[in-house]
Amino acid sequence: MKPAPFQYVRPSSVSDALAALARYRDDAKVLAGGQSLIALMNLRLVKPAVLVDINRLSDIAYIREENGTVAIGALTRQSAVESSGVIARQCPLMAEAIRFVAHRPIRNRGTVGGNLAHADPTSELPAVAVALDATFVARSTDGQRAISAADFFVGLLSSALASKELLTEMRIPIWPAGQGWSFMEVSPRAGDYALVGVAATLQVQEGICQAARLVYSGVGARPTRVAAAEQMLLGGPANEATFRAAGEVAAGQVDPSSDFHATGDYRRDLVRVLTRRALMRALDRCKKGA
Amino acid sequence: MEQVQVSVTVNGIRYARAVEPRRLLSDFIRHDLGLTGTHVGCEQGVCGMCTVLIDGQTARTCLTFAVQADGVEITTVEALGTPAKMHPLQRAFWEKHGLQCGYCTPAMLLTAVELLNSNPNPTRDEICEAMSAILCRCTGYQTIVDAVESAAGAMKGEAR
Repeated sequence: MKPAPFQYVRPSSVSDALAALARYRDDAKVLAGGQSLIALMNLRLVKPAVLVDINRLSDIAYIREENGTVAIGALTRQSAVESSGVIARQCPLMAEAIRFVAHRPIRNRGTVGGNLAHADPTSELPAVAVALDATFVARSTDGQRAISAADFFVGLLSSALASKELLTEMRIPIWPAGQGWSFMEVSPRAGDYALVGVAATLQVQEGICQAARLVYSGVGARPTRVAAAEQMLLGGPANEATFRAAGEVAAGQVDPSSDFHATGDYRRDLVRVLTRRALMRALDRCKKGA
Repeated sequence: MEQVQVSVTVNGIRYARAVEPRRLLSDFIRHDLGLTGTHVGCEQGVCGMCTVLIDGQTARTCLTFAVQADGVEITTVEALGTPAKMHPLQRAFWEKHGLQCGYCTPAMLLTAVELLNSNPNPTRDEICEAMSAILCRCTGYQTIVDAVESAAGAMKGEAR
């Protein structure tokens, strides 16, 4: 058999899951959709002693609007996000990005919480979460705490979650009226891991950029926000020349590494080009919304 | 070794087995249930050969443990049709040369079933996107897309 042996625990409630995590701590891994974890286990890159299978915790699978936020339960399948009217209306950046997450069979099982907790810097949702100032809710037997997306992604495949904590919810502020958006990425084939991706939002009034977010995947150990490029947009005319300049700034700020798939220089060039293209698309959507 | 009881419905038949938790669903279907129409390729979620329908939705069975299938309904290629009475998709793959070696065909068929269930009139681009979940190293995909397109038309004619 491909994976190493493990002890299997299948709690039927969140509190049982928290008790199991508190008991097994570093020996345990949470099994959600399993679309990254089981692949790693099949390769024996990961050999957890205990798997805590949270797939029966249906009370943390939901998408709802509440108190000025969109709340997404951690066990929500990625394909449910893809088909959600609430996400399409209130979180169009996420609706656009989710389609880039692997293929439909993966999204049918893969969960929002699993994707985020896996903290893969080439993945789409971490960049979206940082771009939208998402908040994560982590629960443990000690209680619950909120972690901002900016603090959640600590490093390569590493999050701020303690081993006894379970990510239970992602909260995203309701979409500001008229805000434009775009998620774009370049990958060798559709559904592959992307070389570089960008999550962009833009607010424009009377042709002047009022607010912007630019967060990149694939250029570092974490989703990478480039504040310098956002800053230079503010107060500038919303046009291609400005966006091109922002792309130059962003490309100068990132330091992507080279690997088998692409050189660092090529990735930096993708940052330059994707920044311009994404802002142009976002501007188009500002105009349509206005 | 610890064993866990699994009860699962596959192609309308209920099976109960005791399995090790690390038993992959792909191995469970092939070795424990003897349903070898579900193929195994990379066993790391990339190639899609092991795709089945779990409660009507495509899933990679190499990225699912058999214990997680407790209580679900699985459809494998064995349920689609027989040589005498082929499913419209099987007939279309045959007529349009949508296969050569046939290794990816079970996964292709089930992926197309899910697509046409949710979208009976897909565009060619939508077919390409859906079928890109499964690797084929023979056909170059064009004939597979032709087959799905053709089956969509045939299934519309049959319906109601």
